[in-house]
Amino acid sequence: MESKKPCSGPDEGLDVKDSSRRNFLKQSTLLTAVALTPGTAIKAAASHVDEQIAAVFEKMPLKMQVNGRQQNLSVEPRSTLLDILREQLDLTGTKKGCDHGQCGACTVHVDGHRINSCLTLGIMMNGKKITTIEGLANGDKLHPMQEAFIKHDGFQCGYCTPGQIMSAVACIREGHANSEHEIREYMSGNICRCGAYPNIVNAIQEVKDGGMAV
Amino acid sequence: MKQFQYVKPTSLQATLDVIGKPGSKIIAGGTNLIDLMKRGVTAPDKLVDINHLGVVNHVSLRAITATKSGLSIGTLALNSVVSENDMVVQRQPLLAMALKAGASPQLRNMATVGGNMMQRTRCGYFYDTTMPCNKRVPGTGCGAIEGVNRMHAIFGASPQCIAVHPSDMCVALAALDATVIIAGKKGERHIPFTAFHRLPGEHPELDNTLAKDELILGIEIPDNNFAKNSYYLKIRDRQSYAFALVSVAAALEIDNGLIKNARLAMGGVAHKPWRLFDAEKSLVGKPATEESFAHAAQLAMLGAKGYVNNSFKLKLAPATITEALKHAAGLV
Repeated sequence: MESKKPCSGPDEGLDVKDSSRRNFLKQSTLLTAVALTPGTAIKAAASHVDEQIAAVFEKMPLKMQVNGRQQNLSVEPRSTLLDILREQLDLTGTKKGCDHGQCGACTVHVDGHRINSCLTLGIMMNGKKITTIEGLANGDKLHPMQEAFIKHDGFQCGYCTPGQIMSAVACIREGHANSEHEIREYMSGNICRCGAYPNIVNAIQEVKDGGMAV
Repeated sequence: MKQFQYVKPTSLQATLDVIGKPGSKIIAGGTNLIDLMKRGVTAPDKLVDINHLGVVNHVSLRAITATKSGLSIGTLALNSVVSENDMVVQRQPLLAMALKAGASPQLRNMATVGGNMMQRTRCGYFYDTTMPCNKRVPGTGCGAIEGVNRMHAIFGASPQCIAVHPSDMCVALAALDATVIIAGKKGERHIPFTAFHRLPGEHPELDNTLAKDELILGIEIPDNNFAKNSYYLKIRDRQSYAFALVSVAAALEIDNGLIKNARLAMGGVAHKPWRLFDAEKSLVGKPATEESFAHAAQLAMLGAKGYVNNSFKLKLAPATITEALKHAAGLV
């Protein structure tokens, strides 16, 4: 395999920016290889072909549609959808907050339904359609929810915003944005530590009341 | 996360063959399992994805269907789908309420019925691999008994473990006399929901009575007359998206102001959903008043034991029972 990426993507040959993470993965795959076949792996380590062995043992094909584009990937079973989106597809709009399903920063849509991508194994997304924050706008025209978040100042630091917006769109589509109380309840899986909640609720209410297609 | 092998069997037989092997674990929604794997609490060698099982014994594992005597819900039905299902909302509103009180919309879109039943405790000592925990590593001791135990059990605990089961859905299902349908190599067995989860005793590592080579196929809820007077009340540290300090599932059948039938179960207080049989019995034939409810709540608390940080539950629990019954009876 030519690529030095720990998880090879469609754009083979791209440089890996995060070398520390790469080295960590390389070490951990080497450890696995040592446990499995000591003699071969130690020999392989000397000639830097341990990743080939790792590939045989660890990677599986994954086909999914992301923001309308078909992706044919090769992933480790343990890679989360969040890590695949960010690390392999360079879709860094989806944020890693807590990485344990507690904050909602990683919210994306799978076949139209909002989920936490940090608790989703990529390998289980075979054949699914994923929409991330990058896939919400129509070309240069922002999605009405993106416009409303800007208009109502629905963020301060902005880190939770992609997750908030993906959740907000789903909240309206699900029919759970009929009152401030209902919006707050159905947006409770998205934490904003800056406390922009009142403005987020205002943004959602405007889009809902405006009757715009979401 | 440790490397593992991923398999997705498409038949029940293949699933039962693989799940019984040491080191294998079932994954459905993964909302709890992936979290535990990231923290190193569990490290399976093999993950068995049961989402490709589809139809087993002529029943779709995702389906919600009406039977002659009640509702049948497949193990892979999503928590969000069950909570919004018209039949569930109309015939078993207590279950819909409990589901909506749990987790977040995103998690409910991933979590399944069977997975909800199989979720592990949220005890901090269970999650922290540097701490002793008899549930995680039998024989290491219980960090919580003399440690931080604000969220912990007041009923049915043992010197080995004072953790609580975190589910809301299971509290409603215990109250509603649901049955669990389980597939094993010798065929199907059906057990009462209240016999599915267990108390910690000497083996806190076992959360329930499911054998390693068995698979939950689904649950059945018998028809009842509780739909008009049901309420799920969950008390937690914030208004939404938090585990229960105490929760109460209350269902009443009221005829001319008198209670004909009652069902009560509590969450956040024991290693399993805690059904309140004596309190239920005490309500039958009584007027649907706050006085009757408070009396039942006092009965429900017999045998309760608090620890250093959670003794507040000894007052919070009966107050929550009374309040839930008032809501169920339409007094609030």
